[in-house]
Amino acid sequence: MASPASPARFSRNEYDVAVIGGGLLGSSIAWGLGRIGQRTTVLDEGDIAKRASRANFALVWVQSKGMGMPEYTGWTVRASENWSRLAAELAAQTSVDVHHQRPGGFHLALSESELEARAVSLKRLHNQPGATDYAIEVLDHDQVKKRLPHIGPDVVGGTYCPLDGHVNSLKFFRALHTGLAAFGVDYRPEHPVSAIRHENGEFRITTPKGEIRAAKIVLAAGNANMTLAPMVGLHAPMGPTRGQVLVTERTVPFLDFPLTTLRQTDEGTVMIGDSKEDELDDRGHRLPIDAVMADRARRMFPLLERLSIIRMWSGIRVMPEDGFPIYDQSETCPGAFVSCCHSGVTLAPNHAFDIAPMVAAGALDLDRLGAFSARRFTTQAPASSGYY
Amino acid sequence: MFRRIGDPAAATVTIEIEGTLVKARPGDSVTAALLASGLDFCRHTPVSGTPRGPYCMMGVCFDCLVTIDGVGNRQGCLVPVAEGMKITLQKGKREIGQ
Amino acid sequence: MNAQVPAGGPARSTYDVIVIGAGPAGMAAATTAARAGLSTLVLDENTVPGGQVYRAATTSPLAGGTVLGADFAKGAALAGGLATSGAEVIQGATVWSLDRDLVVGVSRGGASRLLKAGRVILATGALERPFPIPGWTLPGVMSVGAAQTVLKASGLVPSGTIALAGQGPLLWLLAAQILRAGGTIRAILDTTPKANYLAALPYAAGFLASPYAFKGLALIREVRAKVRVIRGVNRLEACGTGALSSVRFEARGVTQTLALDGLFLHQGVVPHVNLAMAAGVEHRWDEVQHCFHPVLGAGGTTSVEGLLIAGDGAGIAGAEAAVERGRLAALVAVKALQPEASGLPVLAEVEAALARATRGRAFLDRLFEPQREYRIPTGDETIVCRCEEVTAGQIRQSIAVGATGPNQLKAYRRCGMGPCQGRLCGLTVTELMAEERGKTPEEIGYYRLRAPVKPVSLAEIASIPPDDAAVGAVVRG
Repeated sequence: MASPASPARFSRNEYDVAVIGGGLLGSSIAWGLGRIGQRTTVLDEGDIAKRASRANFALVWVQSKGMGMPEYTGWTVRASENWSRLAAELAAQTSVDVHHQRPGGFHLALSESELEARAVSLKRLHNQPGATDYAIEVLDHDQVKKRLPHIGPDVVGGTYCPLDGHVNSLKFFRALHTGLAAFGVDYRPEHPVSAIRHENGEFRITTPKGEIRAAKIVLAAGNANMTLAPMVGLHAPMGPTRGQVLVTERTVPFLDFPLTTLRQTDEGTVMIGDSKEDELDDRGHRLPIDAVMADRARRMFPLLERLSIIRMWSGIRVMPEDGFPIYDQSETCPGAFVSCCHSGVTLAPNHAFDIAPMVAAGALDLDRLGAFSARRFTTQAPASSGYY
Repeated sequence: MFRRIGDPAAATVTIEIEGTLVKARPGDSVTAALLASGLDFCRHTPVSGTPRGPYCMMGVCFDCLVTIDGVGNRQGCLVPVAEGMKITLQKGKREIGQ
Repeated sequence: MNAQVPAGGPARSTYDVIVIGAGPAGMAAATTAARAGLSTLVLDENTVPGGQVYRAATTSPLAGGTVLGADFAKGAALAGGLATSGAEVIQGATVWSLDRDLVVGVSRGGASRLLKAGRVILATGALERPFPIPGWTLPGVMSVGAAQTVLKASGLVPSGTIALAGQGPLLWLLAAQILRAGGTIRAILDTTPKANYLAALPYAAGFLASPYAFKGLALIREVRAKVRVIRGVNRLEACGTGALSSVRFEARGVTQTLALDGLFLHQGVVPHVNLAMAAGVEHRWDEVQHCFHPVLGAGGTTSVEGLLIAGDGAGIAGAEAAVERGRLAALVAVKALQPEASGLPVLAEVEAALARATRGRAFLDRLFEPQREYRIPTGDETIVCRCEEVTAGQIRQSIAVGATGPNQLKAYRRCGMGPCQGRLCGLTVTELMAEERGKTPEEIGYYRLRAPVKPVSLAEIASIPPDDAAVGAVVRG
């Protein structure tokens, strides 16, 4: 691991790379850049912003991802394989244990039709030409009950994938930011970006606190990439949705595996997700949606019924229009990159270990990432979604 | 830390605190009955396991959490005592299903 | 949540007026609204009306005696008025949700209901300001308000060796009540800085003309005659392993230690803003009272249409003012919903009474302005967030790696994410972050609060009627 670059080589506002966006995605890339000695800054918004990194569900998830883009399956499996390495490096660097676990994960069905639909879609996913093959099991009630003894009678079955896992995404967030500081990366909150100009081979970034200059930039501003990308000859069509999550008080450990819509954190709280709505106001909240989620949770695990809900929130998903990640580089403004995806937690190792070195080198490896170019939006519209 | 004033005969409700029978006054909250019985702490935190006692007595601090009739993490300061009620200290995280 | 409270929920699902809280403001508001003919519902978390100041007004074992003082009887009168007003009153009811559409989520006896109101009057009152000193989480350390609550409701008097520490009218009132009840107090550790007396002096005339002056000074005389009062107390610290054993402090530059069984802390009260903030009511930082208060129009109107705030939740002014503010809020509701109603309190008279009741507040605010070291912990070991056990040092570290405000801090440290929803740490966090970052508390802001403002069971959430859109937003194969 290289040591941080000496800041003395540069004036205060000049960098090798400016990463725009300080959520999990931007921070993962910036951490990866700091790790290989790039003089890097992260430009972020302040305390109140649409932050998916504060609202997410913290799954490291493989099963069911990639229908319509087999390359996404491989990219996700790679992340799942590298997560323990990322967790170990962060723990060594920052002493923060992000509680990454990969016990495999479940998706439970509460009716035969739900289970059948699930089985069919997983089969289609795996039958795609070029899809990475990995184990996935379709289980009936009794088979699920062997590993999830507390399920209720309404659970008709489910699917299980041994590659699935989860982390403590808040600890992960803190570990990344602590790690950024340790690598000498300048994290600059309250620096919302209003304009980017490409002049004489460098980028000049306008913020309320002055201009930042960098040889390269990475757009990692979530759904705001949509407006930033055209400033540097890039394209990032987004289709954000709102999701609601509930969380219970701390309870003793009862659930050894994460589920698509329910997980117990290392702290003992139980997170219950999630909805998908077209609303984009993250201050708003619909109680009937909480009711449906709570009802499904208690049908899955009747033991949960008496636990108290401590908080409920809604967040805005970062979601490229077709659900698949966008990694791209500008042809008109060399050195400008865009990175947006829904899975800032799952794909973090790839962002740190793969994307960051490519950015440092000045070009994405198109053999590996070509499928994720935003050019796909101008050629054809994929039929499905990368979201589980 | 507290003693009762007023008519001792008014304490007509019998409750059980950690297996010990205790007399309480109708209108007492569970936490008040706990304090009157000589207990100053009621729970161990779910974070570090350190002992805590009631702090605010008005339903905002959540330090008076106890298990009442098998239901965990209840705010004792908001629950009135009732004949035969069984109260145990809240030991860390809430048991699931209780 | 309160499974032991006998069943008996609200009779209807919509009301002209829903009043939340049955302290002085809520009782007065509901009485006025109901007498005007409006269908009025009062939802209160306690088992009997009275709020904190008139706690157990109708049931206290000490009611009618000399211990609690003459003012306590006013609570029973207000409760009597409420009982005959025609308002429906539900006790043991925890309101956990309130939104811009004036839909109220309320839990009682383990079941939740959603109710709709034409107007909502929030009368959720005050809570004691956080007092984050080393050791304030030890068993044996309680708030002054807590001791007063068990005294009023249960006739419990602190015993053993105890001390009161802090400042504010309530501290002196509790001291007098303990003494009248036959209790003893080892010492009062008065934290009022000398400078406060000078700062308050320009407002003394208003205070001397107020109803508080005579009563307050008499109270302090009564206590000083029997209790050692140590003034100018700094560096207050509760000490002990597993439980309180002593208090340490500095006075006149000398460090002292007192062995104690009980320590009661108080440095004034602040508006209880959780429900109002969760409903989206705009709040501002109050530079004098060091807290957030809602931005209010005439009669307690807020930035949320149809939502009114009365009582100390509107800004600290005391019980007498709360009654008048409750009446004013009710008059706003009546004017909108039942303009032809007669026999109402006369607006000008209520306003005049409010002016009388708030006379002297400016003096009290300045005299009892809590000093910095008791609002913002100086040491790094002091716990700020009691629920998640987050220390001042951990908050400072979070700021160092990038936390700009309370909401990023939650992500870094879970600070404010426990069951109390920031009630015991929010103001400390705002002021600590403001100090560390060289910003104003207004710029730093507060936690973004949401329903449920109090924990509510999963089963209760699950029992809310779903709709097709909700099912469609959740279920997928």
